[in-house]
Amino acid sequence: MSKAKIATCWLDGCSGCHMSLLDLDETLIQVARKADIVFGPLVDAQEFPEGVDVALVEGAVSSYDDQRLLQTIRRRSQVLVALGDCAVTGNVSSMRNGIPVKKLLERIYVQGAAEAQAVPSDGVPGLLKQAGPLHETVKVDLHIPGCPPKPDAIGFAVLELLEGRKPDMASKVKFG
Amino acid sequence: MAHQISIRIDGKLVKVSAGSSILDAALAAGKDIPALCHMKGLSAVGACRLCVVELAGVGRLLPACTTPAADGMSVTTVSQKLTKYRRMILEMLFAERNHVCSVCVSNNHCELQALAARLGVTNVRFAYSYPKLSADTSHPRFVLDHNRCILCTRCVRVCAELEGAHVWDVMSRGTGSRLVCDMNQPWGASKGCTSCGKCVQACPTGALAEKGWCVEEMAKQPARVSRLAVIRGGGQ
Ligand code: SF4
Ligand code: SF4
Ligand code: FES
Repeated sequence: MSKAKIATCWLDGCSGCHMSLLDLDETLIQVARKADIVFGPLVDAQEFPEGVDVALVEGAVSSYDDQRLLQTIRRRSQVLVALGDCAVTGNVSSMRNGIPVKKLLERIYVQGAAEAQAVPSDGVPGLLKQAGPLHETVKVDLHIPGCPPKPDAIGFAVLELLEGRKPDMASKVKFG
Repeated sequence: MAHQISIRIDGKLVKVSAGSSILDAALAAGKDIPALCHMKGLSAVGACRLCVVELAGVGRLLPACTTPAADGMSVTTVSQKLTKYRRMILEMLFAERNHVCSVCVSNNHCELQALAARLGVTNVRFAYSYPKLSADTSHPRFVLDHNRCILCTRCVRVCAELEGAHVWDVMSRGTGSRLVCDMNQPWGASKGCTSCGKCVQACPTGALAEKGWCVEEMAKQPARVSRLAVIRGGGQ
């Protein structure tokens, strides 16, 4: 039997959800027996591959790049999981939403900077008007809230998905 | 002694005194109906609608805290339909303001957050409104953060009915509704506030907090305020 393909992705988040993923401890070995991790911050691959079985996405959708990547992930993945509060609710990433983008960038990179006061424009993706949860951009199949989500919730969800079942997360909810 | 009536709660026959609400009767029957705005000892206002129950022969759902129990009633407090609506209510509360649990002073001590976990709300299906809201830090000891307020009015009632100061009220309508201090003044300017802190302890979320606490540090004591209110003989 060929192994399943798992991809992970880090949009506008702090990488805490990925830390929690690493915190699966020995469950990681169980996961590794059944699946390969083919994309993500833990892997070298440059482009999101085709034919992914489970994609775990951390972070809110905050920039045009996030939006494009998320749409690619959706097209190329069987199951898309929103991993953590930023992906599920917008969380801390969305706290900027009440401030117009231009004002926000100027406050940080001009008024807030001691030197080189300029809003960066080269090689950085443009910010969307508001940062939001994944499901406001694409269809999401499963939500694992938590900041970060508990390793046992992630482990349970991933192992269930690899068995072809849809995990019932109702008893594992934790926001914050 | 008040005249006794019998009602059925989830099939179980319960005797309660006339004038009790369905919520009181359910409590007496050992049922824990989800509730946010209700606080024993204060008047019931039916603000949050989480306590909705099904009543045999009645087509719509009714809030248990404001519906009086009547002789012969048959009430259902747990069903798929109720869970569906209770989840929707929680989702609407989350979508209406900025509830960022991870940086909230009451993270892990919040009744709204705890109910989401209890009812299995894994995400909010309604579009978030991300309103631009302020925090009032003018009081020397306390803070009001509108981002976390669910307009349950527990603070309004505890201040008016128990402390007797009536500092709080709600102004405007719909999603524009806001908790206001006196005639919409900064809390610190209130002449009526005795700084007793009852509103802070009664608030189910991180909307009212003591100053000086960091994320996750503001645990509240609503049960103590509630006991005091009951001793003073407040409404149900
Ligand atoms: S501290 Fe006491 S008096 Fe002041 S607003 Fe709160 S309940 Fe009312
Ligand atoms: S400040 Fe707290 S107690 Fe007062 S209405 Fe808002 S959520 Fe309820
Ligand atoms: S507890 Fe009954 S409506 Fe809020």
